Parts: sequence; C-alpha cells; structure tokens
Amino acid sequence: MTAVTADTQEAYEAVFDAAVAADERIEPRDWMPDAYRATLVRQIAQHAHSEIIGMQPEANWITRAPSLRRKAILMAKVQDEAGHGLYLYSAAETLGTSRDELLDKLHTGRQKYSSIFNYPTLTWADVGAIGWLVDGAAITNQVPLCRCSYGPYARAMVRICKEESFHQRQGYESLLALSRGTPEQHAMAQDAVNRWWWPSLMMFGPPDDESSHSAQSMAWKIKRHSNDELRQRFVDICVPQAETLGLTLPDPDLRWNEERGHYDFGPIDWTEFWDVLKGNGPCNEQRITQRRRAHEEGAWVREAAAAYAAKHGEATA
Amino acid sequence: MTATASSAAALALGDDALVLSHRLGEWAGHAPVLEEEVALANIALDLLGQARVLLSLVGDEDELAYLREERAFRNVQLVEQPNGDFAHTIARQLYFSTYQRMLYGRLATAGDGGGELTGLAAKAVKEVAYHQDHAEQWTLRLGDGTAESHERMQRACTALWRFTGELFQPVAGLDVDWQELESDWLASVTGVLERATLTVPDGPRSGAWAAGAGRQGLHTESFGRMLAEMQHLHRSHPGASW
Repeated sequence: MTAVTADTQEAYEAVFDAAVAADERIEPRDWMPDAYRATLVRQIAQHAHSEIIGMQPEANWITRAPSLRRKAILMAKVQDEAGHGLYLYSAAETLGTSRDELLDKLHTGRQKYSSIFNYPTLTWADVGAIGWLVDGAAITNQVPLCRCSYGPYARAMVRICKEESFHQRQGYESLLALSRGTPEQHAMAQDAVNRWWWPSLMMFGPPDDESSHSAQSMAWKIKRHSNDELRQRFVDICVPQAETLGLTLPDPDLRWNEERGHYDFGPIDWTEFWDVLKGNGPCNEQRITQRRRAHEEGAWVREAAAAYAAKHGEATA
Repeated sequence: MTATASSAAALALGDDALVLSHRLGEWAGHAPVLEEEVALANIALDLLGQARVLLSLVGDEDELAYLREERAFRNVQLVEQPNGDFAHTIARQLYFSTYQRMLYGRLATAGDGGGELTGLAAKAVKEVAYHQDHAEQWTLRLGDGTAESHERMQRACTALWRFTGELFQPVAGLDVDWQELESDWLASVTGVLERATLTVPDGPRSGAWAAGAGRQGLHTESFGRMLAEMQHLHRSHPGASW
C-alpha cells in the first residue's frame, strides 16, 4: 500500500467534508477521518451495549408480569432489544471492529452503556415508566440519528426507532391502566414516575457546556441537536402526557414559560449523574456481573458451536 | 366429543405451553449468545400465544393462569423442569417440541377429531416445527461439539428421559393414536440423539409413580416455587386489571 501523502490526505478530507456538508451519507468503504471513525465506534458500541444491558431491568419482571397479555408484550420488547443490539453491533462492525472485541470492552468496563440501566426496577409500574420515560427519551435522542451522516448507523436507527415508538406507546398505555386502576395501582404508578423522571432527563447527557464530544459530533452531523435542546424537547412532550395520565412529575419548579414557549424545569443533580456514570449507581455492579456471567457461562456453548462447524465444514458466525 | 373433554384437552395443552413459556422467559438476559436471547424469547412468545388461545377456550386466561393452585395445573412434568444449563434447556425443548409437533400435526389434520383445537393446531404446527428444528440443531452442536458439551448434553438427555413417558398418557378429548405417536416420537428423538453422537438413554421413561402425574395435578417440587413467583403480583391485587 502506498503512503498517503499530505496532498492526497487533504484531497480525501475535502471530499469527506463536502459529502457531509451536502448531507450525503458516508458509507463503510468511503474514506473518513480516523477521529470520525473512532467517535462512531464509541457511540454505536455504547448504544449496542445499552440495548443489551437494558434487557436486564425489564427482564427482571418477565416472570412476575401480572397478566398474560402484559407478559407477552414485555417478552416481545426484551426480544426486540436483543435484536437492536445485534443490528447495532453489525453497524459498528462496518467500521472495522468486531462484536467480540466490543463485548470484551463492555465486560472489562472500557466501554460504557447508558447510565439509566443502573437503576433498579422495584415494582411492576417501573416497567411502564421505563416504556414511557426511558424509551421516550431514547426516541427523542434517536430520531435525529436516522439522519446521521454515517449510513449504516442511520439505517439501523430507522428500524430501531419504529420498534421503540411501539414500545413507548405500550409503556404509556400500561401506566394509564395503572393510573386508572385501584388506588394501590395508581400509587404504584406515581412512585415509579417519581423515581424514573430525573434519571430519564439525565439520559440526554451532561449540559452543553460540559459535553466534551458535542461540538465535533455536530460538525460531523453525527449529532443534530445539543443535549440541552433535546432535553427541553423531551420535557415539553412529557408534561401534557403526564397530565393525561393523571400523574404528576416530581419537580416543584416545573412550569410553562410563556416567553420561551417551553417548560422551565428544576436543576438536575449532576453529582448523581457523574456518580452513576463512574460506576457507583445502585445496580452498576449487578448489571455488569450478570452480563459477564452470562457470557462466561455460555463459553462452552459457543465453543461447541465452533467445534461442530469446524467438523462439519460450516462457516462460523 | 363432549364440551368437558374438549376443555380438559385445551387445559392440558394450554398448561404445557404456559409453563414451558415461563421457564424459557427465565433465560432473558442470561443466554450464552445474543442470537439465543432472540431465539429463546421467540419460542417463549409462540408458546405463550398458544397458551392464551387454549386457556381462553376453557375460561378467562388470567384467572386460569394466576388463580389456580399447583394441584389444579394439568401440564406434564417435563415442561416444569428447571432450566438447568443450556444443555438441559435444549434437551427439554427437543423432547417437548418433537412431541408437540407430532401431536399438533395430527390434530391439524384430524378434522373433527381435534374439535376446537384443529384451528389452533394448524396455526401452531408451523411454530413448533421451528422450535423442533432449533432444538435439533443445538442437540447436534452440543452432542457433536466439544468433549465438555457432549458430556453436558448426554447428562441432560439422561436426566430428563424419565419425564418423557408421561407425554403419551392419553388426554381425554383428543382422538389420537397415542401408541403410534409414542413410537414415532421415539424414532425421531433416537435418530437425532444418534446423529448427535449421543447414547439414547436406557432408563425407564416413567415409573408407576409418575405415569400421568402432571396431567392429574401431581407435580414436582420446583413447580410450586415457579407458580409462587408467577402469580404473586396478580394475587396481591385481587380484581385489579392491568
């Protein structure tokens, strides 16, 4: 392979910049800056890991779901999440990494997943609150990613967002049933919303002035909106939905601001956010231990499949 | 066929599907590879769908699932067996889905013989064919994979063998040649185990104590604990809707 000279490097960069400026999609075989590739691998991997770890808090309730209909909905949702993880690992692999490598980074704590999944699901209503708030926040974050400059990621997001919207409606509907149910069910729903509201707002990431990757990601059109913009959009959507649900949001400062045309809301506890991100949330240890254990205890199964494939001349996955 | 006989059959087959679906649901988040998270959940969902149709033929699906005591469940003991390792889950699935595929296949073509179950069987037979294929493919891989996987698969096949006789206890209301079903099942399972380089277990497939036990509401010890978990929330809120 010939060395890339300074001139050709500049020429490649110019083509890349022009494609991004024209809202064209960057595809796996196109030239891209190393830092663009690294940012995408980090972001897509973290997204994939979040789908996989995110199965745990909800799977926690599969065996206790209170009706067969809700049990079927929850099982289908957790299954979809595994599927989303698979799409996303495939998208990351187009950038020259492998699922094994990424899973290894997850298991050794070198790559992160969304901090929201470090909170416990303590009652059945948490499953509904996760659907409404956590999936709602994810959708607000992810819909703009359908227009992300990297083609494989954008296409994965189109498929994922369709399924996520469905889950979000089901979560909302489940909370509505609780809110309109017995006083005990209503209280269970309110308690869940009280516990999940602030962590959901934290899903948009640190405030704009503390977000280290934001400016570059926006210039590359990986991100389309700032963390604070998306967070505001989410709050504006949720307030009327909470009213329809007959539930309150646990923020005494929440009120309509006529001048801004948005809801004002209270300060987020960033100390808690950084604490959870650093591994000190309520379930960080438990989540990663379960993931590692599933992987380690499954090693003999994967080895068996590989040995069988080798004996019978099949291609291994 | 009388209504009672039909209900008894729907309850027996519905309980089988409900209980096995629940066991497979316990795998969520614990599977050895992501593709198996998808596959096991997929099978669990198919079975839950079958259970809902079958139980609804008998009464209210949630009352039947959540408010019956252990002694009123009519599932075979095989499906309530704990998941164990992946090999146990696969052996249980191989034994059961081979049975289910053959039984549904017969009911689907039985015309009036299957009664209300004919329609369900015709739809479900496609699902259970997939389940059987999945179990068979894994039986081959584990049996003919590494020394460790071979040993684990052999242990699982042997351990669950004694629960397979019950599958062929006649179910009231199902017009099926049970002896023929049993010999077809044995031939199919034997073929798969041999291809997987496994030894076909030679122990009894049921003792006098176990013959038809699950179908009469006599279950194994772990079943009560499974039901306690499954029913707890529903029972804590009598009359609530979800």
